[in-house]
Amino acid sequence: MSDIVLVGINHKTAPVELRECIAFSKEESVTAVQSLSLQPDLNEVILFSTCNRVEVLFVTDNKSRAISTTKEFIADFNKIPLEQFENVLYVHEGDEAVRHIFRVASSLDSMVVGEPQILGQIKDAYRTATAINTSGVILNRLFHRTFFVAKRIRTETGIGDRAVSISFAAVELGRKIFGTLAGKAVLLIGAGEMAELAVEHLIRNKAGDIYVANRTFENGVALAKKFNGQALRFEEITDCLKFIDIIISSTGSSDFVISRDQVKGILRVRRSRPLFFIDIAVPRDVDPAVNRLSNSYVYDIDDLKEVVDENMEDRQQEAVKAERIVDEAVINFRQWHASLDVVPTIIALRNKVQSITEAEIKKTLQSNKFPDSGAEALNKMAGSLINKILHDPTIFLKKNGMQTDKSLYIDAVRKLFKLDE
Amino acid sequence: MEILIIVTILVYMLSTAAYFAYLFLQKNNLQRIGYFILTAGILFHTVTIIAGFTKTGHLPVSDLRETLSLAAWAVAGVFLVIQSKYNLKILGIIAAPLVTLIMIVVSLLPSAPAQVSNIFKNFWLVSHVVAIFIGEASFALAGGLGVLYLLQENAIKTKKHRFFYKRLPSLDLLDITGYACIVVGFTLLTLGLITGFVYAKSIWGRFWSWDPKEVWSGITWIFYAILLHERLTVGWRGRKSAVMAIIGFGVLIFTFLGVNLLLEGHHREFTRF
Repeated sequence: MSDIVLVGINHKTAPVELRECIAFSKEESVTAVQSLSLQPDLNEVILFSTCNRVEVLFVTDNKSRAISTTKEFIADFNKIPLEQFENVLYVHEGDEAVRHIFRVASSLDSMVVGEPQILGQIKDAYRTATAINTSGVILNRLFHRTFFVAKRIRTETGIGDRAVSISFAAVELGRKIFGTLAGKAVLLIGAGEMAELAVEHLIRNKAGDIYVANRTFENGVALAKKFNGQALRFEEITDCLKFIDIIISSTGSSDFVISRDQVKGILRVRRSRPLFFIDIAVPRDVDPAVNRLSNSYVYDIDDLKEVVDENMEDRQQEAVKAERIVDEAVINFRQWHASLDVVPTIIALRNKVQSITEAEIKKTLQSNKFPDSGAEALNKMAGSLINKILHDPTIFLKKNGMQTDKSLYIDAVRKLFKLDE
Repeated sequence: MEILIIVTILVYMLSTAAYFAYLFLQKNNLQRIGYFILTAGILFHTVTIIAGFTKTGHLPVSDLRETLSLAAWAVAGVFLVIQSKYNLKILGIIAAPLVTLIMIVVSLLPSAPAQVSNIFKNFWLVSHVVAIFIGEASFALAGGLGVLYLLQENAIKTKKHRFFYKRLPSLDLLDITGYACIVVGFTLLTLGLITGFVYAKSIWGRFWSWDPKEVWSGITWIFYAILLHERLTVGWRGRKSAVMAIIGFGVLIFTFLGVNLLLEGHHREFTRF
């Protein structure tokens, strides 16, 4: 029976300096898979490479040779000596390889557990492999199961439910306050990567007008252009709070930019519509006392970090459920894979033909008055018919010359005779 | 009749159980099951009320038992309407137990011998009772929504994102739904009061007789009128509105039961037990 083997490195075993040396670009992956599939020991092969991992998955009849071939290939292809990275390569075989690919696709092995991109990357790799025909019966089945498992985990567990980045956490909070973010006016005070990311997330959630206030008006104008928004002078902020719903603040100011009195005065004009302050600055820009005013909510960077940590914890808990689903899927796949062997297939085929024959003989005997001797002759004839009919297929399946893609024929036989039911 | 009430209670209890399971497990199907069971409960409940109606030939509000049963029915009915309009899944966690609780009290109260009374055949009086009951049921849900609002607001303000934060919808949805309940409640309370006045005029020859029930109904009406007025002019929304809805419900309970049980007046006989 052929084995499934996985060779790879990921962010847990190798530092980024090493990963970037071994990573394959999209075009490189195609040529790499093509040349790998030409190696005599690799029957089926799929390769995927992301910034956090490189994994080569293959089916082979000679494990040890195939593993060393693959390792050498990776070294040659990237032109770095094998000794430099052999200790960070992991090799999984059989069930472990299957479990690994299930876990990777379900984002259980990711740096941020539950992140959704990895599944798409694996789908791309699989599409590449099918396009150039390097995957076969076993890997096709394995990848279909993989996508099924990943989808099931996403719908049945809350692994991807909660925000695990500061800017997403802010958006999530906004939704709990406003219901929908559509049409909500946003003011960005200052600048900064995290703050700008939050604004982008808000825009993606259909937020309304975007305003940018900066101490240096020119910088504000430039930033406003980026978001298709409008620049404001710093002195205008108080006045603008009348119609702005979400304020993201990220200035280098040592004092509060927004004071309690400033907000208190504006609330009545706003007719108590809620105000949400996201204060990413250190030291803080928004007076924490603002949070005590009614219908205004202030979250500083530490509050948001805490939200993210809690959500991370939730994901970890959900990951436990996900592992159970993976275990189940590994067992199912093992059963299918074991059935792909020659002997169980021949036995199953024989059993099927035999049970059909027996049932038919029984029916015939019931409906006609046969003498006992006639019944015996009938049984005998049926027996030799079975043997004769199954002789050639059995020889074919057992034949040693069929080494290259045995699984293809076994799979065909199992499908033709519906042996898997 | 008795068996119908027990069946109704059991069905309501099942619905409550489904809603609690939904609260803890967060499976959408549980909420749907709770909703369907509650609808079934309402059907049984309606049969119960119709049975009372055919037995005496008038609206069954002649004692506390019947009055409470009708009140519970109104709450369940208003809940179904609000739920289908706003799809506020968590609202069942307030409505189902509330209805169940009232019905349990109903089943514990002694059933007074049925009386044949002609007053409930009067159009104005029947309109008065129906409008007031639906209005009060809306206010009850508004109060419940107020509680949910405060729980969620507290979770966001104190930054403790545990149990309720995850399970309750956005502040905005809670606020809007609560407001809708108050608008419906206020409209029907107003209608109920007007029909009541007309009836009083036709029977006693005067619109207003300073009866304690009348006075407290007036107070309740003014209370909600202020709440709505302030919302429309100054923008009382969110926390303030939620707190007022809860206090309003307290005033309402007193008007509905307290006045009858503690003070004298011409509504007293409807809550006899």
